[in-house]
Formats: sequence, C-alpha cells, structure tokens
Amino acid sequence: MSAPDTSGAVANPPRAGRRPSQELLTSARSIVEPTPLARWSSGFFVILYALVSLIPIVWIVLTSFKTPPDAIAYPPKVLFQPTLEGYVNLFTTRTRQTPEYMASLPAPETWYDELVRSRNMVIAGPSRYGDRYVNSLVIGFGSTFLAVFLGTLAAYAFSRFKVPLKDDLLFFILSTRMMPPIAVAIPIYLMYRDVGLSDTIIGMILLYTAVNVSFAVWLLKGFIDEIPREYEEAAMVDGYTRLQAFRRVVLPQAITGIAATAIFCLIFAWNEYAFALLLTSGEAQTAPPFIPLIIGEGGLDWPAVAAGTTLFLLPVLFFTVLLRKHLLRGITFGAVRK
Amino acid sequence: MRRFLRAAAAAAIAVTAMAGQASAEDKSITLCWAAWDPANALAELSKDFTAETGIQMKFEFVPWTSFADRFLNELNSGGKLCDLLIGDSQWIGGSATYGHYVKLNDFFAANNISMNDFLPATVYAYSTWPKGSENYWALPAMGDALGWVYRKDWFARPELQAEFKKTYGYDLAPPADWKQLKDIGTFFQGRQIDGKTVYGIAMYTERGSEGITMGVTGALYANGFQYEDPANPYHMEGFVNSPNAVAALETYKDLYKCCTPPGHSNAYMVENLDAYRSGQVAIQMNWFAFFPGILKDENVGGDKSGFFVNPKMSVEASALGGQGISVVSYSDKKDLALEYIKWFAKPDVQKKWWALGGYSCHKAVLEDPGFAASAPFAADFLRAMSNVKDFWQEPIYAELLQAMQARIHDYVVADKGTAKEALDLLIKDWTQAFKDDGKL
Amino acid sequence: MSGLTNRKGARSPGGMWGAGGAGFSPRTIAWLFITPTILLLLAVNIFPLIWTVDLSFTDFRANQPGRVIKSVGTANYERILGDADIWDRLQTTASFVCWSIGLEVLIGFGLALLINRKFKGHATWTTLILLPMMLSPAVVGIFWTYLFQPQSGIFNYIVNFFLDAGDFTMIGDVQLAPWAIVIVDVWMWTPYVMLICLAGLRAVPQYLYEAAEVDRASRLRQFWHITLPMVLPFLMLAVLFRAIENFKMFDMVVSLTAGGPGSTTEVASITLKRAAFESWKTGYSSAFAIILFVVVFGAANIYVKFLNKVKQR
Repeated sequence: MSAPDTSGAVANPPRAGRRPSQELLTSARSIVEPTPLARWSSGFFVILYALVSLIPIVWIVLTSFKTPPDAIAYPPKVLFQPTLEGYVNLFTTRTRQTPEYMASLPAPETWYDELVRSRNMVIAGPSRYGDRYVNSLVIGFGSTFLAVFLGTLAAYAFSRFKVPLKDDLLFFILSTRMMPPIAVAIPIYLMYRDVGLSDTIIGMILLYTAVNVSFAVWLLKGFIDEIPREYEEAAMVDGYTRLQAFRRVVLPQAITGIAATAIFCLIFAWNEYAFALLLTSGEAQTAPPFIPLIIGEGGLDWPAVAAGTTLFLLPVLFFTVLLRKHLLRGITFGAVRK
Repeated sequence: MRRFLRAAAAAAIAVTAMAGQASAEDKSITLCWAAWDPANALAELSKDFTAETGIQMKFEFVPWTSFADRFLNELNSGGKLCDLLIGDSQWIGGSATYGHYVKLNDFFAANNISMNDFLPATVYAYSTWPKGSENYWALPAMGDALGWVYRKDWFARPELQAEFKKTYGYDLAPPADWKQLKDIGTFFQGRQIDGKTVYGIAMYTERGSEGITMGVTGALYANGFQYEDPANPYHMEGFVNSPNAVAALETYKDLYKCCTPPGHSNAYMVENLDAYRSGQVAIQMNWFAFFPGILKDENVGGDKSGFFVNPKMSVEASALGGQGISVVSYSDKKDLALEYIKWFAKPDVQKKWWALGGYSCHKAVLEDPGFAASAPFAADFLRAMSNVKDFWQEPIYAELLQAMQARIHDYVVADKGTAKEALDLLIKDWTQAFKDDGKL
Repeated sequence: MSGLTNRKGARSPGGMWGAGGAGFSPRTIAWLFITPTILLLLAVNIFPLIWTVDLSFTDFRANQPGRVIKSVGTANYERILGDADIWDRLQTTASFVCWSIGLEVLIGFGLALLINRKFKGHATWTTLILLPMMLSPAVVGIFWTYLFQPQSGIFNYIVNFFLDAGDFTMIGDVQLAPWAIVIVDVWMWTPYVMLICLAGLRAVPQYLYEAAEVDRASRLRQFWHITLPMVLPFLMLAVLFRAIENFKMFDMVVSLTAGGPGSTTEVASITLKRAAFESWKTGYSSAFAIILFVVVFGAANIYVKFLNKVKQR
C-alpha cells in the first residue's frame, strides 16, 4: 500500500488543469455569477444556520453567569440577574453548615465569601480546577513545542532530500493516527507503569508529542514544499551550509506554517480526553477529564460546569479565529490547500 | 513566532522544574476518597490530627461516578498519589490479593487496636479478606447503607392524607413494603404541590459506574436474594434468577416506569439529591451518608424531611455502602499514614467523627445509649446495618459489576427483554467471568 | 545540489550550526532530521502496537500482578467475533458513523454551495460556523447533557416551542438516544465537511460553467455534470477523515450518554474501554483493539484506492 495520494491530486484536480486565479475569475463579472436574489437568500440561510449553531455556545456562556436555580428554571431563562457564583463555585470547595453555625461566624471578609455564605455554605478551600488548567497549559505548550520542533526537522528532510522509502515512511507516520486512542492506551498504560511515567507531566508531554508529530510532519511538509528551493540554493552559493540555509532561509519563510501547525497541535493537546482519562489520576490530570467531575461535586452545579467550560473553550475560540486561513489545511493533514 | 517558541521552551523547562519539586515536600500525606459530604466532614476532623502531630493532610476527592475508575486505575498503576485510601467495600478482595493495601494485623496488635471494638458487620464488610477471616486490610471508617428520604411536610398535609386514605385505604406514612412504596410514588407522580408539578420517587438508574446495580440490589435483597448456591460456591442458576429475584427486578422496573421524574434515566447519588432538594420528588433513595447534609439543607432540611429503612418485599435487608480506610502499599510515607489510622481509631475521635456527620463504626459510638436519639436517622441506621448485604467482593468484582450494569440497565431503562432473560444473561456473563478467573 | 552542501562554511557567518564548518552531507542531515521522529513513533506507537498483538493471544490481566500469563491462541479473537453483544456494539457504531456522516455531507455540502455564492460578509459568517469543530469533544458532550435536560434544557424547549412534544428526554430514551449522539456530532462536524467542500467548489474552473451556460444546460444538469464530479474527490476525502474519527469515537459519547440507556449508544470504543480499563481483561481487549484497528486500516486503504481512482477519472 502506498501513501494515500491525497495531496497533489486533490489540491489540483486533474480537470482543473492550471490553477485559474480565483480572484481574477470572480472580479470579472461572468454570466454564471449568482443573481442578487440568490446571493441574498443564500446569505439568509447561512446566517440562520450560523446563528442556530451558535446557540449552544452562547447558552453555555450565559449559564456560567446564572445562579444554580436560574440554570434549571423552566422555561429556560434568557434574561436573568448575572452573578459570579458559578465561577466562585468552580474555584472553591465548600461545605454546607447549619444556620446556627453560620450565625456564629464573623462577618465575611470578601465578596466571594459572602456569596457562598448566602447559600448556607462556607469555603473549605480551593478546588482542583486551577491546577488542572495549569496542567493543560503546561502539557499543551510542552508537547506542542516538541512536536513542532521534531516535525519541522522531519518535514524539511522529507521535502528536500531523497529519503529511501519516503512514501512508506510518510504513510507509516500517518497510519499511527488510525488506532483508536483507547487501543493505544492499553500498552502505553503498561509501559508507563513499568518505567514510572504514569500520571506524570513528562509522560503526557511525550505521549501528546508522539500523537501530534505525525500531524506536524504532514502539515509542515506541505508548507515547506511551497518554499522555492532556489532560495536555499542561492544561500548555499553564498557560502551557507545546508543547515545554515535551513535555519536562516527556510525557517523564516516557513514561520506562518509553523505557527499554524503549532496552534493545531496546541488545540489537539488541549482538547484531548481519552489518554488523559486513562493515564492520569491526580498530578498530571488535565482539564477535559476534570470538567465532567464538577458535576459530581456538591450537586448538579450547572453554572460551575458552564464556567469551567467557558474558561476552557475561550482560548480555543480565540485561536480558531486567528487560524481561520489555515483551518482547511490543518483539518485535512495538509491534503487540501486552498 | 520566535517569541512563541521561546515561551514554549520556557514552559517545557517549567514543567521539568515542577516535576522535580513535587517530591521535595514531606511531613504531609494525601488521603483519597469520594467527593461527598462525609469527605468534607473528614477534612474538618483531620484538622485535629494535623494540630496533634504536625502532619499536614492533603485530600484528593473524586465524584462517585468516577471514583472506582480513577482510584482502581491509580492502584493498578502502582501510583503514589494516595497514601491513605478510603476505598469501596468491593475493592477489598482485589486490593488484598494484588497487594495494593498494607495488611494491618501487626499494626493493630502493636497499637492495641481491636477489631472487636467495631461493629461486626462493618469489620466483615470493610476490613477482611478472605471474607470473615482475621486478615485485616482496612479499618472500618464509614458505615453506610442504602436508605430512603421522604418529604415529611408533604406527607403531613391533611388534604393529601385524606385523599390518599380514600384512594388506597390506608394512611399516608413511610411505606412498610415495596407495594406501598409504589402506591405512594403513584400518588405523588404528576401532582401539583404549591403550584409546582412534582413526581414520586428518585431512584438510582445510572449506567456508567455502579448506580443502577446499587438500587436494584436494594430491591433484590429485600426479596431474599442470594448471589450463589451456599452449598456450591459460584453456582448461580436458580439463585440469581430465582422467581423472587425476577419479581424484585420487575418491581424495580415498575417503580421506575410509574413514579420517576421525566428523564431520570441516568441518575445516581447527586441526581437524586438534586431532584429531592429542589422539591421535585416526594421520595428519594440514597445512602445514609447524605442524611446529615439533608437535615442541614436550606430547602428541605429540618422538619421537612423524614427517613426510612429499605422497605421489605419478603425480608428486611439493605444494600451495603460504606468503606474502610487503608494504607496504600506503594506509598513512600506508610509510617505517617499508619499514624493517621492510629489516631482515627481512638474512641473520642470516632465520637467527633459522628458528630461532624461521618458514620462511625466504633462500638463506643454506636452502642452509646444516647446514640439512637442523637439524630433522626440514627436508629434507622442501626436497623439497616443489622441486615446489610454487599455486592460481590471478588477480585474481579468490577467485571461482575459491569455485566450487571449492562444487563439491568438494558432491562429496566432500555426495555430490552424480560426480567428473567436479563438475569439469565447475567448468570451467563458471571459464569464466564468466574471461568476466566479460574474459580469455576 | 549535493556539491553545494559540501562546501566549507569558512565564509559563512557564524552561528551554532555553522561553527566548525559542519557541512553534513544531505544524507546525514536527512537521517539526522527524520530519526528522532521515527524513533518517537516507534517507541510510542509501533512498539505498543506489536505488544498489543502479542498480548492479544494471552489471558493477561493488567491488574493481577504475579498471575501466570497463559497463551490462549486465538481464543480471544474467536470469543469476540462470536459474541452477539460485540456485533451489536459494532452495529451501533456503524449506524452512528453512517447517519452522522450522511447528514454532515448533506448539510455541509449544501452550506458550502450557499457560501460559495459569496454574499456580503460570507467570510465572517464562515468563521463563526467553524467554531464548534474546534472544541473539545468531551466538554461538548458534557454541556449537551445540559442542553438536553428534559425540562430546563434549551434544546428540548426549542423543540417544544415548534412541535409541542411534551416532556421528552433525548438521552434517556431508547429511540432518541442514538439520535442525540448523531445530532451533537452533526452540530460539531458539519462545518468540517462544509469547509472541505468549499475548497472543492472553489477549485472548479468557472469556464466550465460558462461553457455549459452557452450550451444552455440547466442548472440541475450543471450541478450533476460539473459541480458534483469536481467536488467529489474533496467530499470523499472529508468522508474518509470523518469516518476514521467517528469509528474511533469515544469522548463525546461517553460524556453525553455513557453508552446508555442500556447499551443503546455503546459505541465500540466504550466497550473497549470498559473491557480494558474497568474489567482489566487486557488480553481480551487487546484482541478487540487489533480487530478495530484492522477494520479501520483495511477500510481506509480500500477507500483511498477508490478515492484515487475517482480522482483519475
């Protein structure tokens, strides 16, 4: 089996022949241009779809500012008195106390103390959410850095040199993504247990690096392929070694691609659930396996869940907007470039 | 981009530094348990331990639905996260057999801790493996059984009492058996109370961990359920699928169909509590562990709630909950952990434990003449604990539990097959599991 | 090219890789650059895969240290393939994959056609549509359980607003639960198919339409004979990626329904997780893992061959 020949052929379907510049074609008004009515109506439907599909996200963000009773009100409340209770509950653990005990306490010192006490509870300590969030950040950035570093080197080699069995190697790299994560987790679990990497940040970074590096190689190879070889060759004529040319000519040229790849890797590591669930228990646990647990702590506290979700999703939303030009490439392993 | 790379490098370095630091602290131990009211009470109680010994306590509490998953995984990977673990009663077989727990006999002997000071049923269930032997792997920490809570204030309303009596011919009161339970559930189902639609009963129906099994076994035990032929271990035909077992399972499904709130199809402790606290149901099934918290609740606390023991079908019996506290054998601080157990076993600590909302198993607490009157549910607790039964505690209990979760949920919630078929399939699964384990 | 690299770096500006005139041969550099990646993948992917194959022929249980591991031949495989419950789970998985992808293709392609008409502000709206697919599936599953709440859930409320369906529960009902996971998957991944289709549409040369217009071909004919064949390779690629992902689906479903009610939504990965990490039947679940891998790998290979053929037409 050879590598799935997805890149070139799909990017330039045979019948398309030479790539006609999109801008040229659309700027010249042709007879197949949609009519204003068609445009208007398609705009209407697309916007309608976008609005409907955004309801869940908007609703979660709204819920994070509700009180627990408002969150389960029937009919659902669109207008409500916003509160930070969900966020306070997210970051604290609390114990329920008798009214007599509450009355015996000195006056609350902070606004969040006061908020918690209004529910007959006192703050027992910080919750684990902060730790898990930091773990997510550390593991996400750590693995992204390694994956992009290794991926850039390998992608450069695949792009520029004659590597024996290149297609096979590339396909091998891709095929590592076809195993269900749970299936990979079985031997990894045993392996990590033997070498003491279970529930360690290093172990998770290594694992996510391995999962991301295949993706990084494929994506970056596409970006580096697009950098004309002549640049490096010219640099080498000027006396640069191959490595210097790589560092000073290719890398700066590929920087957008590298950044886009890095963001994709980061989002993957950030979102990953199955490995984190099975291979971590406390020290190295990330946010995704933790967020469901908020439900179990002290009742169905939907605002706290929503608050945890909101804080967790916001960075991804931000990066998605930042990445929009490269999304297509990223989600197809570089098989489709615009 | 360069800046980004640098930030990433810095993060990577920070990781290494943090990983190195983690082991630097000492004189502190981590106690692992489930995230629920008693755990908060234990954290409160443990402040005394820190004051006395200077040993800092850290806690890792995980919600019940992930509890077994997380900590069995931790034990199986030889993790050092927990020094002390309050593990579920069913784990004792596996944890003793596979060396996850430290055997405590010598320690008990050296420190004059006698298991005779604890309620025999709890020692049997939480500490011993093989069952009933004098090999102790845990100190009974938290007694628990499955009980019921009802809205005393609703039951006391004259108009409801009159209507109930007219319909069913007897007084509206905590049910004496499962038939009455169904009558009461039906009575409240869909009723308008204070302008709100309320429902009958919140029961366990959770699929992912152990929820529905705990609920259903409550019904099975009340009809004289036995897991195996007493004369012929691991032979279940005619026991697990006995006519009584079939009838009990059908009763449970009946109750689920007639009397639960809409969408109550994946509910365990927290969901039941929530349905009850928010005034959605008249009755909930839940562990005794939650009862002190219910008394303190701002909506349903005080006089608004009453409690009753698992009603009988043909016999009086309750499903066992509760846990013992064990020292994890992979811990680097076993001596500090043992120190904690020594402290925890003291009668005065046990008394305070009960006062804070934990269910002590110590006779000094339970056999105190004032105990039954010390809380509205204390007498019921003693009654329940005198007739408790637990799920399999075999090393392969998780596999057995999983089979039961699937078969029972398929029948009760997903309407697949009959009760007899579900139990027949369960015997098939269990027999296979015991064969794989070499027990059959 | 090779001659150039061997030139001494004496004239070159310093820098760590230039110092000492380290002019490696391209071959050395290639291996130097590729080896770490390959080694990492060997250690974290291939070695475990081989180990899994090895384990799959034993009765190993990872939670029973000291137990003698017996070789059981192909017994694990036979048991899995002869187990009606496993086939039931595979069927659940297959119908989830088919329905979710079918709907995603329909809606996604439709959306792409509309967006391709380039109405005012289409770029912004496209970005907004893309947001769901970047979120964490596990977290998505969690918050959809909230949206699906029988009474307070916004999803049920909206449905009731239009249909007056009364109290219904998406994730507690045997009939509706499979649709619940499909709905969430479609919500999340339709943008994915849309984006790839859009790329396909934009690669269709306009002159084909212009020629067709001159020939007075109807819009439907144009769609059927130009648009569809040109976009097909893209669409097939999207289906390939989605099919692989959905076949492996675990996180979203686990946090949404946990496989319930009963086993109605228990997709293969959930079964695998329960066997491997709850029952600790490591040997047995290794065999199941291998079976799943072979299915994905085999199907993907056949599909890619087919895809390449379509492209060459």
